[in-house]
Amino acid sequence: MAAKKKQSQPAATDQLQLTFNSTAGTLKKKRTDDSPEPSSHPEAQSVAASQKTPDSTPDETSAARPTRKRTKAATAESMAAAQREISISEFFAKNRHLLGFDNKRKALLTAVKEAVDNSLDACEEAHILPEIQITIAQQDEDRFRITVRDNGPGIVKNQIPNIFGKLLYGSKFHRLRMSRGQQGIGISAAGLYGLLTTGRPIQITSRLPKKKEAHHYQLQIDTKKNKPDIVKEDIVPVDWANGTEVTIDLLASYIKGRQSVDEYLLQTAIANPHCTIIYKSSQDPQVEYRRTVNQLPLIPDEIKPHPHGVELGTMIKMLDDTAAKFLGGFLQSEFCRVSPGLCQQVCKQAGLSAKTSIKQLDGTKIEKIYKALQQAKLMAPPTNCLAPIGAEQILSGLLQGVKAEFYTASTRPPAVYRGNPFQVEVGLAYGGELGPSPTDISFGNETAAPPAARVIRFANRVPLLYQQSACCMFKSVLDINWSNYSISQSRGALPSAPLLIMIHLASVWVPFTSEAKEAIADYDEIRKEIRLALQECARRLGLLLSRKKRSQAFARRRDVFTRYIDELVSSTVAIARINRESLRNNLLKIAQRHTRVADQQYDEHGKLIEQDQADTPLANTIVVKPTTAPDTSNVSLFESDATTTEPSKKRRARKKIRTLS
Amino acid sequence: MSKSRNTTKGRPSGRSPDTLKKLVQLAELVYEHAQKGRDPSVDIPLRTLSNVHFNTKSRIIEMGRSKQTRNFFNYGQAKRFMQTILVAAKCKELLDAGKSASIRQIYYMAKHTIAGTQEKTFVDQSESDPILEDLEVATASLREELHVFAANRGALIGELQFIDSGDSIDATHLGSGGYAIPSIVEPEVIQFRKCSAKFVLHVEKDTVWRRFVEDRFWEQHHCIITHGGGQPPRGVRRLLYRLHHELKLPVYVLLDNDPWGYYIYSVIKQGSINLAYESQRMAVPEAKYIGVSSFDYDRCGLTDDVKLELDQADIKRSRQILEYPWFQGKKNWEREIKKLLSNGFKMEVEAMISKSLTYLTQEYLPYKLNNKTEWLD
Repeated sequence: MAAKKKQSQPAATDQLQLTFNSTAGTLKKKRTDDSPEPSSHPEAQSVAASQKTPDSTPDETSAARPTRKRTKAATAESMAAAQREISISEFFAKNRHLLGFDNKRKALLTAVKEAVDNSLDACEEAHILPEIQITIAQQDEDRFRITVRDNGPGIVKNQIPNIFGKLLYGSKFHRLRMSRGQQGIGISAAGLYGLLTTGRPIQITSRLPKKKEAHHYQLQIDTKKNKPDIVKEDIVPVDWANGTEVTIDLLASYIKGRQSVDEYLLQTAIANPHCTIIYKSSQDPQVEYRRTVNQLPLIPDEIKPHPHGVELGTMIKMLDDTAAKFLGGFLQSEFCRVSPGLCQQVCKQAGLSAKTSIKQLDGTKIEKIYKALQQAKLMAPPTNCLAPIGAEQILSGLLQGVKAEFYTASTRPPAVYRGNPFQVEVGLAYGGELGPSPTDISFGNETAAPPAARVIRFANRVPLLYQQSACCMFKSVLDINWSNYSISQSRGALPSAPLLIMIHLASVWVPFTSEAKEAIADYDEIRKEIRLALQECARRLGLLLSRKKRSQAFARRRDVFTRYIDELVSSTVAIARINRESLRNNLLKIAQRHTRVADQQYDEHGKLIEQDQADTPLANTIVVKPTTAPDTSNVSLFESDATTTEPSKKRRARKKIRTLS
Repeated sequence: MSKSRNTTKGRPSGRSPDTLKKLVQLAELVYEHAQKGRDPSVDIPLRTLSNVHFNTKSRIIEMGRSKQTRNFFNYGQAKRFMQTILVAAKCKELLDAGKSASIRQIYYMAKHTIAGTQEKTFVDQSESDPILEDLEVATASLREELHVFAANRGALIGELQFIDSGDSIDATHLGSGGYAIPSIVEPEVIQFRKCSAKFVLHVEKDTVWRRFVEDRFWEQHHCIITHGGGQPPRGVRRLLYRLHHELKLPVYVLLDNDPWGYYIYSVIKQGSINLAYESQRMAVPEAKYIGVSSFDYDRCGLTDDVKLELDQADIKRSRQILEYPWFQGKKNWEREIKKLLSNGFKMEVEAMISKSLTYLTQEYLPYKLNNKTEWLD
């Protein structure tokens, strides 16, 4: 962007204004000056808007225009005439793929996603257990109306236009705190996309708690000025309590599958077991993901930047903005983890006094301070700004979303990349409806190869559905040598197992590779944490698998013993006069002792759980016993031993489940 | 001698209290183990080359002390343990009823489908035969004592009168078929009466034996002629033992000139590895190998037509036999086997027929009998 210094002319007069004629369903252009004729097509509108040069005089324009005979060389002056600021709205209207609106299918998902993310953020911030209703109504072949309503705190009237009608307006950009949204682009971009493709404004209805009425707005974005344009403003009665409802009409297509709205909502439910999601699409019956955790995640705190995460330029800007008068005060108040002692040390290192006035600092001095700061041994940033999902909640979410046999989860301790605290969590689900376990396959009659594992990725509890292979999380999965954990894996491929791998990155600033928030950038620190978390979970799974294999071998062994015991008893009794029953019972007892392993349950460390403990829920690991007993005739002898470790509460909790496709 | 002969009196239909007791003990052991919470197990002496040794004094192969513990709760042994007790139960049944059964009949008696499965207790007889041998060694009983016998194999003819199960038999008046040697030839069954034979000639198989019978060789040379149908069964070996020890008849064997022939001789002479526990009541250490020797080809002037090429198995087996401790240090055997290997061919006894139909009985054997230096010991 070759943006020059902001032009101060009142540009409002030559702005193109878009208004919506609701009865005709088309766009009417009102112009307030004699700027060039814009295209009548709404799609082309943005192009025209960014191309026209409203400030230029006709002479200058013609001078810059190429003639047919010979191109006149441009001069600095003539070029200056064409040089002007580009509004962020204009930029994104042209580059909508950067925000995730590249195609019709993705547009639908992105719009829903942005609205849901905002709702969840708002509810959590207001300490409300979220309940979100999503409705997708098909209006035409490729025109959809999406409505997302939450039970959040609502939005004060004056802020509604800014939040929904302005790009890069929000509460989340400037603070270092973990939230789903980061920049304040998402929902307004969705509204902009809707406007561009259907010409209809975004509709917002918000009701504050204990207020009788709700405010209703219809908004458009003025792309040139990046300002909201209020189409309609109203006070309406609603049949729901506090919350916000957003409606966007947009050009989209509804296709199921891996990157669908359905999948996004399912994954959202997995990562947010504290929220209820009700989803109505025009095609399917209503889907409900009921909350399984009645506790809000910890509300993360805001933190100040950590000196190691700040670049020199940023620090210069911070020095400009600070209210502190002296260097020592600045360092201590604007950064986290700078104690008075450390402040002295840094100043000394830089050859300055803590009492140096901010105003006296010049470039070289600032650089010295910066270097000293970077070299100083600092505590890692505080981690109360992070709110991991938590291993138990991950398990709860996975239990709701996937019918598997093993579940395990692990939350890494917080770590830091570029001064930003982050935390990695991994959950694994194995077997069950994800596919038959390879160990079962080799024993049973199934010959099908196990399916490839699936990776579901989350950043700040938001599912990432696109650009899997570009994502640091996916690469980390490939990096693990899964064969160490009894799971087969071809070189450079995902492991081949009925395995679902969930990876969550929580951070105050998630390093996405693009504004569409699809993939996590490849920071060594992040990759390392993901690897460690994956390894921890895989280790448990590996142990469980090898124990399972062993149990199976023992079960087979027990079958053999059981089969022969009666034979042996009959023969023995035929030879000598001995008590048949007593012999048989004694032999069965010994057989049980020898094959006890077949009945054993193991905790997440692969340690044996004593029978009396077997009913207590296991920390971070859940083993679901298969409901079908393979061979009842032989097993019946050992019925007394059969125990289930299935935590019954959780089992009940997954009555209504849609499994991952 | 074997204590069995002292304890089992009369006909085999009589009960054998000693053997019966051993079987009961076996079952009670299983019960005891189970009651104490121990794995039921049976110690079975190993019947392998590693667990036999050659007693240079008595010149027989004896069984060592190594035992294999067969444990019911060992995954790999469970079935065989069950089979062992099952066979024991069947033998008990025979003893109780005072009947005897062939090893094949035992197989059928013990074979059935295990309740609730598709599995059979025994798949074929080759599975039950070794189990029976295991039972023999485990209870230190003889097959006869368990009232089990094998199919008759082998025949006898010659100047011997004896009683078999109460019937008098004159082995000079048996036509061309001879006397089929039963599986059990214990003194309770067979009692020798009169013998004018000077020696016993054991030949390898029926066809050769017939040649001798037809030529009435036993009449001319005053002998008893037996055959064992290849590797002689226990009945034949036991009878040879008795003829040698009770009637003091020397035993001469005439076998094919190949490693299998050598081994038959070895089994008759010092016992077999598999049945090493029975060597002392079967082996005839004085038995002599009188033919066919590898040197006979040149000596008798045989033609190429009788040569049978040695294959790899023959060569391997020959070397193996040469390594057996009981062949060690026997110069003439070393010469013999080395000659066989250098010849590169083997010969059957029938090779002699190529000279003339009566060459074997009229010339070859009389020559061998008269030239002790030709014998292999």
